[in-house]
Amino acid sequence: MNLLAVERIKLFSTRSPWWCALITLALTIGFAAIIAGASPADQPINVSATQFGGSQFGIAVVMVLAALAVTTEYRFNTIRTTFQAVPHRSPALVAKAVVVALAALVIGEIAAFGALGLGMLMRPNDGLGLHTTQDWLNVAGMGPVFAISAVLAVALGILIRHSAGAIALLLIYYLAVEELVQLIPKIGHTIHEWLPFNVANKFLRGSAVGGGDGPPPSDAPLSPGWALAYFAGIAIVFLLVALGVAKKRDA
Amino acid sequence: MIEASTLTKRYGVTTAVNELTFTARSGRVTGFLGPNGAGKSTTMRLILGLDTPDSGTVHIDGVPYRRLKDPLRTVGAMLDATWRHPGRSGRAHLRWLAATNGIPDKRVEEVLALVGLTSVGDTRVLQYSLGMQQRLGIAAAMLGDPRVLLFDEPVNGLDPEGMVWIRQLLHSLAADGRTVFVSSHLLPEMAQTAQDLVVIGRGRLIYQGTMDEFVARTNEHGVRVRTPHVAELRAALTGQAEFTEDGGAFVVSGLDSDRIGQLAFDAGATLHELSPISGSLEQAYLDLTREAVEFPAAAMASPVSVASVSPVSSVSPVSSSEVAK
Amino acid sequence: MIEATGLTKRYGKTLAVNNLSFSVAAGQVTGFLGPNGAGKSTTMRMILGLDNPTGGQVTIGGKKYHDLKEPLRTVGALLDAKWVHPNRSARAHLQWMAKSNRIPAARVDEVLETVGLTSVAGKRAGGFSLGMSQRLGIAAALLGDPEVLLFDEPVNGLDPEGILWIRKFMHRLAEEGRTVFVSSHLLSEMALTASNLVVIGRGQLISQSSTEDFVSRAAENTVKVRSPQLAELRDALQRASAEVTGDDKALVVSGMDSDKIGEIAAANRIVLHELSPQTGSLEQAFMQITGDSVEYHTGLDAEAQHVLESAK
Repeated sequence: MNLLAVERIKLFSTRSPWWCALITLALTIGFAAIIAGASPADQPINVSATQFGGSQFGIAVVMVLAALAVTTEYRFNTIRTTFQAVPHRSPALVAKAVVVALAALVIGEIAAFGALGLGMLMRPNDGLGLHTTQDWLNVAGMGPVFAISAVLAVALGILIRHSAGAIALLLIYYLAVEELVQLIPKIGHTIHEWLPFNVANKFLRGSAVGGGDGPPPSDAPLSPGWALAYFAGIAIVFLLVALGVAKKRDA
Repeated sequence: MIEASTLTKRYGVTTAVNELTFTARSGRVTGFLGPNGAGKSTTMRLILGLDTPDSGTVHIDGVPYRRLKDPLRTVGAMLDATWRHPGRSGRAHLRWLAATNGIPDKRVEEVLALVGLTSVGDTRVLQYSLGMQQRLGIAAAMLGDPRVLLFDEPVNGLDPEGMVWIRQLLHSLAADGRTVFVSSHLLPEMAQTAQDLVVIGRGRLIYQGTMDEFVARTNEHGVRVRTPHVAELRAALTGQAEFTEDGGAFVVSGLDSDRIGQLAFDAGATLHELSPISGSLEQAYLDLTREAVEFPAAAMASPVSVASVSPVSSVSPVSSSEVAK
Repeated sequence: MIEATGLTKRYGKTLAVNNLSFSVAAGQVTGFLGPNGAGKSTTMRMILGLDNPTGGQVTIGGKKYHDLKEPLRTVGALLDAKWVHPNRSARAHLQWMAKSNRIPAARVDEVLETVGLTSVAGKRAGGFSLGMSQRLGIAAALLGDPEVLLFDEPVNGLDPEGILWIRKFMHRLAEEGRTVFVSSHLLSEMALTASNLVVIGRGQLISQSSTEDFVSRAAENTVKVRSPQLAELRDALQRASAEVTGDDKALVVSGMDSDKIGEIAAANRIVLHELSPQTGSLEQAFMQITGDSVEYHTGLDAEAQHVLESAK
């Protein structure tokens, strides 16, 4: 518990996490506003459409936040002070992952419900609301997906240590690589079905083809529940690898 | 020669340098001392024309810095060793600097060799240790073979060998007839390096003169005496001098060692030691600046007991204005 | 107390620390000296468990750093004052450290007070001068009221008053029975601060001894003598087979201590005006001992080599 408090103090005593959180909220809710405002009145938008900004860009910013939480420690050498205080290292890094994940969870929920709320306000006639399980997952599920993405980013941050490198890798992978994999002949689609963010999308939106305004549906074969577990599992594997490396490495 | 007369510089409400007048002579190493925040860096910047004084002037060999043609050929300065692009090599840094003042590339190689950086000349400065950055800064200062040299904390990051090297370098520069003006907090090092001193506190001059005179002002005088005939010596000195015991020896004050030697002889006391205690630059400096330090040393005199730790006396607190920069 | 035995650290081909054994006793300030690139920082990092030794071990009070529960309560260290997040306040920096080792929050304000940073505790550490960062680093080292303290160049950036404060402070910590291990290049300062020295060169131990022994081992001890009967004294000393040099103002006597010279003067009824044992400086001794052998003569060349290698 102490170590969680340590990481909480660290995370909230600098400004960049606050900025990242604000940007995430602005992107998620802002996109909901744009979509709600730009769609013609006779074409109702769905819940998935309000979550577009969050699921596409919010995650990216949250991952930047999470990666920075680690890489700035390397940049400013506070990681050495941390390891001096907690020589076994892993507990400190796990605590960091947990705190960052919790922060991401909270940001995700606020963003998702904020976006939905704004959509409902702006499009009172579209019947937006949490009517089905899928609607619930799509909105309330944003928090867990943010949290798991944050853990992935923390793990990558530990492995790479440099802010620019870690962020570039995360964003390139997230924004481009998963889509580009589909271009590989024959096996591309099969691989894509199992890539983590695609699977996470499955959890959020199921396979149902949305109203056209939302992001493309996921082709992952897992059920939403298993999809979340799979996504979380990948994050944990990455984190374990990162912990192993950090433990062995000279600080 | 550097001549400052009634130099004043204000930043907002704070007066960083206040009617400062001093001279740094050629052929001498002049130490520039003062507590943090006393205005040393500001003075250095004023000398180099980086800041403009609110009033007063500072001349280098009779001319203000900004009127110097090819200033690097007159004044070489190392203010902060990290003022350079980290991605550029040491040699490239010196080349562009040389080009600004029409200094030939050949000179770049000379100064690199002088500071011992030839082998790493093409390495990016990013890779340099602090000591190497310091040497590069010195090389840059030497580039124009200037008559006047300014150094701010030149031994920072240097190891003992580097410190001896720079001390000898400064001495040889002064011996060439150049003006060498060095600011530093390391008083034992300055004691061995500087012949003259300019001491400031709160932006004002508090001492200008030779090192020897400055050190002689300290009240840390006395003579250390050891003798197997304690009683005899005590009797002989009583009434003429004060003495305090110091671990098997006495420190006698109020008489010089010649006189004590004579009195001991007359009293038949064999001497095992009779050493005049010479004051240190540090002591003289602390005596003089104590009242001039921005936050008076009151906190040092009255120990702040810290319950669970050591009852260690506190340093004088840092002012918030110091952070504001 | 710190004990290193056969400590070795290899980075690729470079042997940074080579079979280094030394011990640092409690109740004293021990200086840790060596040219740049001698392996001092690596050794410090291994003491703190930040780097893993390739061979050998180092223990603190008999335990490895990794085995210390709440290590900040046993070992406090200031390795680099800039190891602070620049956007974090001084207080927040100390708060997270305190939390990590269950140190009460009130202690943060105590150490801030001790180093004189209370008034700027809420300010971002990135805006601190080097001297202030240094004080913050010292506050961090003191946080857990530790038995063992490690400092790397503690007076860096401090002004003369701050330097004096640090010196007295270290003496105080040692008097309280703590182990104080300080690395520094400022030999004149170390001569005043440290009563023991561990000197390394090229990762190997060159000497471990008291400061006094170290200085006297290298520099020849002489005694300066002045007297109104200088010629008589010179003869008397030479008869007692002392080696006497000097001019008509003062004699420089070697091969005889001041006690003996005083006795000879008394026996010959000679008045003394001065009888001062001259001790060599730590710098002289250091240069002589580390410079003696080319093997230990690291300094700039070794640094340059290191830089060239890492630039590849």
